[in-house]
Amino acid sequence: MEEFLRLEKIHKSFVGVHALKGVDFTLRKGEIHCLVGENGCGKSTLIKIISGVLQPDSGRIVVEGQPVASLGSAATMARGIQVIYQDLSLFPNLTVAENIAIAEVKERGGGVVDWDEVRRIARAAMARIRVDLDLDAEVGELPIGVQQLVAICRALTSDLKLLILDEPTASLPKHDIENLLSVVRDLQAHGIAVLFVSHKLNEIFAVAERITVFRDGERVATLPPNELDDDRLVALMTGRTLARKVFAFADASARKVLEVRGLSKRNHFADVSLELRAGEIVGLTGLIGSGRTELALALFGISPAESGEIRVEGKPVQIRSVQDAVAAGIAYVPENRLVQGLVMKHSVEANVTATVLDRLLGRLGLVDPARKQALAREWIKALGIKVSNPAVPVQTLSGGNQQKVVIAKWLAASPRILILDGPTVGVDVMAKAAIHDYVRGLAARGMAVLLITDEEAEAVANTNRILIMRAGRIRDEIVAAAAEAEQVQQLVEAPS
Amino acid sequence: MRAEGQRLAGATVAAMLRQLLRHNETWLAILIVVLCAGITIANPAFLTYENVAGFLKSSSMTGIMAVGVLIVLILSGSPDVSFTAIAQVVEYAVAVATLQWGGNIYLALAAAAAMGVLMGLVNGAIVHWFRVPTIIVTIATFNIYFGMLYVITHGKLINLVHPMFRDFGNTLLFSRVSSIGASYGLSLMTLVWLAAVLLGWFILRKTFLGRSVFAIGGNEVAAERLGIAMLRTRLFAFGFVGLLSGVAAVVHLSIVQAVVPNIIVGKELEVIAAVVLGGASVFGGKGTALGAALGVLLFAILNNGLTLLNVSSYWYNVTIGVVITVAITNSAYQALRRRRARVHVKVEA
Ligand SMILES: Nc1ncnc2c1ncn2[C@@H]1O[C@H](COP(=O)(O)OP(=O)(O)OP(=O)(O)O)[C@@H](O)[C@H]1O
Ligand SMILES: [Mg+2]
Repeated sequence: MEEFLRLEKIHKSFVGVHALKGVDFTLRKGEIHCLVGENGCGKSTLIKIISGVLQPDSGRIVVEGQPVASLGSAATMARGIQVIYQDLSLFPNLTVAENIAIAEVKERGGGVVDWDEVRRIARAAMARIRVDLDLDAEVGELPIGVQQLVAICRALTSDLKLLILDEPTASLPKHDIENLLSVVRDLQAHGIAVLFVSHKLNEIFAVAERITVFRDGERVATLPPNELDDDRLVALMTGRTLARKVFAFADASARKVLEVRGLSKRNHFADVSLELRAGEIVGLTGLIGSGRTELALALFGISPAESGEIRVEGKPVQIRSVQDAVAAGIAYVPENRLVQGLVMKHSVEANVTATVLDRLLGRLGLVDPARKQALAREWIKALGIKVSNPAVPVQTLSGGNQQKVVIAKWLAASPRILILDGPTVGVDVMAKAAIHDYVRGLAARGMAVLLITDEEAEAVANTNRILIMRAGRIRDEIVAAAAEAEQVQQLVEAPS
Repeated sequence: MRAEGQRLAGATVAAMLRQLLRHNETWLAILIVVLCAGITIANPAFLTYENVAGFLKSSSMTGIMAVGVLIVLILSGSPDVSFTAIAQVVEYAVAVATLQWGGNIYLALAAAAAMGVLMGLVNGAIVHWFRVPTIIVTIATFNIYFGMLYVITHGKLINLVHPMFRDFGNTLLFSRVSSIGASYGLSLMTLVWLAAVLLGWFILRKTFLGRSVFAIGGNEVAAERLGIAMLRTRLFAFGFVGLLSGVAAVVHLSIVQAVVPNIIVGKELEVIAAVVLGGASVFGGKGTALGAALGVLLFAILNNGLTLLNVSSYWYNVTIGVVITVAITNSAYQALRRRRARVHVKVEA
């Protein structure tokens, strides 16, 4: 097949980080090409160089046989290359139609806006991937999966030859992921190449024609999926092999740390009862809209339940606010961490230690900087956060490493009951294993963990029981050790 | 058949009504009608041609300014507060210059607009190049412009202005003569306000420049990535509020026919309140020219009504404060609600 894009010996450094070390990379016309690698290995940097957001320090870029000195953003778009970043770059205050058509309207020179034309452009783009969205809906009001489709439609308004998606599925619910993958295949059918970055190995195998693996700023391999499997891929990415461990709950008669009876909230969930014993990790899964996140939010007091009973260590507690939940020893790592969890301009150290400053007091009741730094270093090591030093601002970290910082921040608080909502979304396989190990360690020391996840396999391997929610109720409970991921998936998707 | 048709027609009307009620402007219009009815019941003098034309004239200055303030608020999610200082400086300069050199009203308007644009561009340039929030920049330039005015003029009043302003300000359409022999009618000043609103509506709704203002207000990073002309759009917005402030200054001068060098400053909050009452989001990215006009109108009615009902004018200030507080909390609440409402669980029985 003909090549569309070739990169030769691309180098790129940031202060203190050599992010790309002489990368050679080719992309063929109309292929689906996946880019994988650990957090911080340079995937997003490569994409930014292709898209012209960053300039390489040295190296050559060849597009359709023509060397290009450097690709500015506008020049990139003119060559038919479009990038959809994880933040989607949409305008939440504008309608679907306008969000889709705005780039095209701008290309045509702006001036006076013909709203009928705007709708025509939007409709034509939607037709190409066979989706049908409400043109007048405000984009900010739409669920993230639909927003993603809007972003793709916008890219389609130009003469698109290469669409680059940087971790498009990280924040998508399962159903939307399948939808997106079929859209990607559809694009390919139109002769459009797709460069796809993801940490989810199953979707990579499902969609890729070629897979390029990066490690530490270097391309280590480019292979078709049939020459790879999970273990080989992980070995290429990390240089190590991953030992698979399954969680085993030691003491089934341990004391009950959390008991919930008949918890209900109108339009959120109804009649939920569950128990968590000390040292237990319980999985909670279900589709988006099944009420699982809503239940977590209620347990953490963000949007309290209306009726029902909650006991912590046998004592009834009222959870009407986050303060109540924290006082009861409950911690919650939210689903949408990047928006809720971090102060981007502050250092890694400040973010990691934010929840535990009161435990780091030295003489005079002031925070002891040495202890603070030591704690931050401990967490950086424990989760393998890739950062040159704890004092750098979080915003310069790669996406996955930012995630790890948030998780470190909440785990550092060592609560009695820990609710984790999608804790490994967007982190690489190694870090995922490290987080799983860490959570098991916490359980072994007596913490009770509620693990909310979209990934059945994650639930099966890391919990002792799995609760399955459908339509606002807990409908099934299965023993993890006896379950297969497929079986869990069937229950999740079963008609309620 | 017939009943079916009627039912269908009824359904469309209901759908249209629902659509209408989703707009902030509709609610504002209803509020205005209710307020007018209430005031009229208490004092029938309110709903007379003379009275209505009167307050439409006296609020034309703030009405013109509001259109510009709206555009900057949409763009930056933070209000311009220097526009009154700009208007104050322009008013003084134009009054002095016309006394000195004469000229005609068109020249005066053009000069005022040009001066206003220049001062607005300074704001826009600082916001763009130094990435300072609008409110900080404009507090600073407010003090510079207004301070300079006082340093140079020592705050001297101008009691006599060029007669062309009186002629311009007193131009009436559909004029009538009252029982005491004074003529009244729809003021040309009100039409200048109307023109500003139409211009604002056209720019915001119909031009790519206006849509760029919304885009930047909604997601600055995305707008930049898309290659939207950031500098041009920012200079436009700030230049535009400057231009309208210049025009508003001439309108004010023509109504008052004297210059008190601190009479326009202090009206910032009133104008900003009217704009947010008109549905502009304090976080940027949202607002309409019609809404801004209705907001100003509502305040004008309130002010006039309080006077007619012999209520202390301080209540007017209280109202402005309340509106701003409610608007800010409401915007924040709506944003929160939207985030929560994304997922709606259908709980089965
Ligand atoms: N603006 C920046 N300033 C300093 N360092 C940066 C900057 N951008 C990226 N880096 C560093 O460059 C390296 C590569 O980052 P990049 O974002 O490309 O990783 P990634 O492969 O996309 O990782 P992830 O899977 O976590 O998204 C990281 O070590 C990161 O900290
Ligand atoms: Mg990345």
